[in-house]
Amino acid sequence: MSGQLQFRDLTLGYDRHPAVHHLSGVVRAGSLTAVVGPNGAGKSTLFKGVVGAIKPLAGRIECNGTRPQDIAYLPQVADIDRTFPISVYDMVAMGLWRGKGPFGGIGRKDRDTVETALAAVGLTGFEQRPIGTLSGGQMQRMLFARLLLQDARVIVLDEPFNAIDSKTSADLLDLVRHWHVEQRTVLAALHDLDVVRANFPETLLLAREPVAWGATADVLTPDNMLKARRMCEAFDEQAEACVAVA
Amino acid sequence: MLVEIFSEPLNDVSVRHSLAAVLALALSAGPVGVFLMLRRMSLVGDAMSHAILPGVALGFLAAGLSILPMTLGGLAAGFLIAVLAGAVSRATALQEDASLAVFLLVSLAFGVVIVTVNGIDVEHLMEFLFGETAAKMNVDKLVVIAVNATISTVAFALIYRPLALDCVDPGFLRSVSRAGGIAHLIFLVLLVLNLISAFYALGTLLGMGIIIIPAAIARFWTRDISMMIVLAIVSALLSGLAGVLFAFHAGIPSGPAVTLVAGFGYVASVLFGRVGGLVWRLFPGRHLEA
Repeated sequence: MSGQLQFRDLTLGYDRHPAVHHLSGVVRAGSLTAVVGPNGAGKSTLFKGVVGAIKPLAGRIECNGTRPQDIAYLPQVADIDRTFPISVYDMVAMGLWRGKGPFGGIGRKDRDTVETALAAVGLTGFEQRPIGTLSGGQMQRMLFARLLLQDARVIVLDEPFNAIDSKTSADLLDLVRHWHVEQRTVLAALHDLDVVRANFPETLLLAREPVAWGATADVLTPDNMLKARRMCEAFDEQAEACVAVA
Repeated sequence: MLVEIFSEPLNDVSVRHSLAAVLALALSAGPVGVFLMLRRMSLVGDAMSHAILPGVALGFLAAGLSILPMTLGGLAAGFLIAVLAGAVSRATALQEDASLAVFLLVSLAFGVVIVTVNGIDVEHLMEFLFGETAAKMNVDKLVVIAVNATISTVAFALIYRPLALDCVDPGFLRSVSRAGGIAHLIFLVLLVLNLISAFYALGTLLGMGIIIIPAAIARFWTRDISMMIVLAIVSALLSGLAGVLFAFHAGIPSGPAVTLVAGFGYVASVLFGRVGGLVWRLFPGRHLEA
């Protein structure tokens, strides 16, 4: 399988301080990769880099023909105005944007697609509910339904199961596994290592520096976990310019 | 007697112009007001109306009380401020409200200098600030308002989807399209267009009244965005028509008349609005079955 995304000596960060430092490696097309690491390890930063929300401080991400619109992204804290008067149905239908754009009409076939996506996440009957009335778990289900409609080749999930009960996360995990079967490329930041071991063939262990990347069993060793835990979270305000060469 | 309240003003052609003007203005200002409110920019419109002052004043000084130069001056000033403020906030770390505030204050200061140095007589100033007394409008202003309303309504329909998505989930819109930034800029342009119309109908100081109050009213009656726009248009229309009649009979400027009527509707909605109104909060009724 070919590389969907390739990181080449990638450094991402804020105000010149690296949050992801000298990361190199390949995300293969169709792979299902967990990104694991302590808080502040750079998982979200890496994802923001992948979707192009921030620019690399150094190095680069090669997309090998993956266009920005081929990547669907579920941020850790979705920047959603829950007081906005929009229904669950309309919100999910926005997932059709890539095909419809700002003017395209939503026909009968599209309405069926939206209904199917809502059913897949267990939100049938919620169509006309304003989004402000959803619980945290229902919100996450709704956002997964929108991801389904986006029909993207690459799906990036930033801590998708945080503060979600086990039933909901099991349901959503089924969708993730199904995406893997459909040969989509999935990257997900996770904290529950049991979930990672049981479902994700590949893992990137990140602690600002990449600690290990490969088959999950080889990556999640006690030795590696200890290394990751030793990472210092705070930025060094007196840091000199980095001259390391990967 | 009751019939005369409506028939007497209709005999006056300039009042008919006023009535037609608020009709057009209600149609275009309704949706703009709703999105100003939903984007938490309710006061931005007010601030923007100050920003347009130097442009209108320059137009006035260049050509006297002539509609076209004043409109063009106002448009130019409004677009310049909207685009500059939008560009600064998108390209730097400064939030949009802060960057707008800076441009507005500088612009208003500039406008006051122009007005003071050159001197504008009081009668014109009153009309300028509060709209025409007894709702008598000349046809030139009506034409400008009608043109603005047409452009605004059509453009609004075109940017509706990206604009709504840019409000509810800007991060998602950015991930699928660049339309958010464009929609926002066009929205600011539409705001300026509607402000200019509102200036001519209601004066610079109270022009925002027919734009933002109907939106606030609509919020109390529905949770659905499309219905909210419809209700905003209807309440703008009712306040506009009732306000113009009020101004005619009381011999007062149209700006405060329309704004007071709308304010009355707002108070009623705060009290009785089906969505979050006070009475419904105090007496919610028994809870439903689970």
